[in-house]
Amino acid sequence: MRPFQYTRAPSLAEASNMTAGKDTLAIAGGTNLLDLMKLQVETPDQLADINRLGFAEIEDTDNGGLRLGALATNTETAVHPRVRSDYPVLSRAILAGATQQLRNKATNGGNLCQRTRCFYFTNIDQPCNKREPGSGCGAIDGIAKLHAILGTSDQCIATYPGDMAVALSALGATVHISGDKGERSVPVRDFHCLPGDTPWIENVLEPGEIITGIVLPAPVGGTQIYRKVRERSSYAFALVSVAAIIELTDGKFSRADLAFGGLAHKPWHDPRVGECLLGQPPSDALFDKAADILLENARGFGENDFKIPLTRRTLHAVLSQATEDAA
Amino acid sequence: MADTITVNETAYPTPDDPRVSLLDFLRQHIGLTGTKKGCDHGQCGACTVIVNGVRINSCLTLAAMHDGDSVTTIEGLGTPDEPSALQRAFLEHDGFQCGYCTPGQICSATAMLEEIAADWPSDASENLEGRIAISGEEIRERMSGNLCRCGAYANIVAAIEEVAAGGRS
Repeated sequence: MRPFQYTRAPSLAEASNMTAGKDTLAIAGGTNLLDLMKLQVETPDQLADINRLGFAEIEDTDNGGLRLGALATNTETAVHPRVRSDYPVLSRAILAGATQQLRNKATNGGNLCQRTRCFYFTNIDQPCNKREPGSGCGAIDGIAKLHAILGTSDQCIATYPGDMAVALSALGATVHISGDKGERSVPVRDFHCLPGDTPWIENVLEPGEIITGIVLPAPVGGTQIYRKVRERSSYAFALVSVAAIIELTDGKFSRADLAFGGLAHKPWHDPRVGECLLGQPPSDALFDKAADILLENARGFGENDFKIPLTRRTLHAVLSQATEDAA
Repeated sequence: MADTITVNETAYPTPDDPRVSLLDFLRQHIGLTGTKKGCDHGQCGACTVIVNGVRINSCLTLAAMHDGDSVTTIEGLGTPDEPSALQRAFLEHDGFQCGYCTPGQICSATAMLEEIAADWPSDASENLEGRIAISGEEIRERMSGNLCRCGAYANIVAAIEEVAAGGRS
């Protein structure tokens, strides 16, 4: 690890000031950042430790929703009684990710900001437009099994690796952010960016902005499923994952909130996929139509070509299961 | 007052160099070499210790971040003369071959039994709410952050199952 200065941020305002420059990074759980610092993918001059600034609570909101403090750990969130009862898709998504040791340390804010696990990004001897703009993308003609099939660019085909944010996208959660210009909130669905020509920009946080919380809307009920397909049954990143909140009324879909992991540079939410189900009775043909819409612009890069049929089948399986559970 | 970390009930000053991981602090600064360095990237679990009651990878956290925290390592769980229930069960069930991953396995399992007692669900739990039924499947999922290159998994699960069953009876 390169030498750096460690400073415990005395206040949120001071943490914003410190991280407004490029050379200082905020550290919370540190499970991803310290890993990347050991690999010299991240080489900050200073770390601003934000762990003692509060905003670690999980508390009810006035309208019946739930506010998850950015510094609450993934474990505290997944096992919270209200998350388990009212937002089970979120508990399931968190529990499907990483290991207990990592979830005990990783925070909700940090989870949203975690970097891709693309092998080219994490290896400083390889080209990567995300790590070193202009150096090229090794994955496009290289080892691309984990890589994206939707929303890619000729600069970057990396995926956002997390599970939690996929469930938050299906739930329509909102990210609360504090910075030197004040506070603002951004829907989780708009928080992460596609790579485009600027793959090093992964989310909408401006320099000096810090996530303070994630707000879940009032519970919607329904059948909630998080289905994660991976190469081993535990502690592996998603090849494909589906977060689904499904409701049937009189045998027809009356709610279909769907988000997908492992497919893109961000949790993938295409409102047309759920909309095509609404008002229709479940059928294989309907599920195929939903998959057709989702995968309309899907593109494989050789090693990850399998993700296209795998996504179709996983969506099919989730909708079949949800339909049976809801019936 | 200087920053301190309490390890197995003894307080130590935190290191001056902020790069020192909690793992390196334990092994190289205060001589507690029971905790092992495997991958140093949070993938193998050999460095698992218990901090403020929860298990974490000590390789992925800076010692400087732990002012005021209380750390329990394998040395704090038992001694050769008075091993903990899990330490004894690992011996009885041959829950290791080379033993390198064992301190991490035992620290991890010690905290895991508390998590089950608190009815924290896992990815393997059928229901998110209610009592957790202890099973081989639950233990394997909950211990997936601890690798054993000797492949002693069957005996590790047997050792943990025995202690878990005892705790529930």
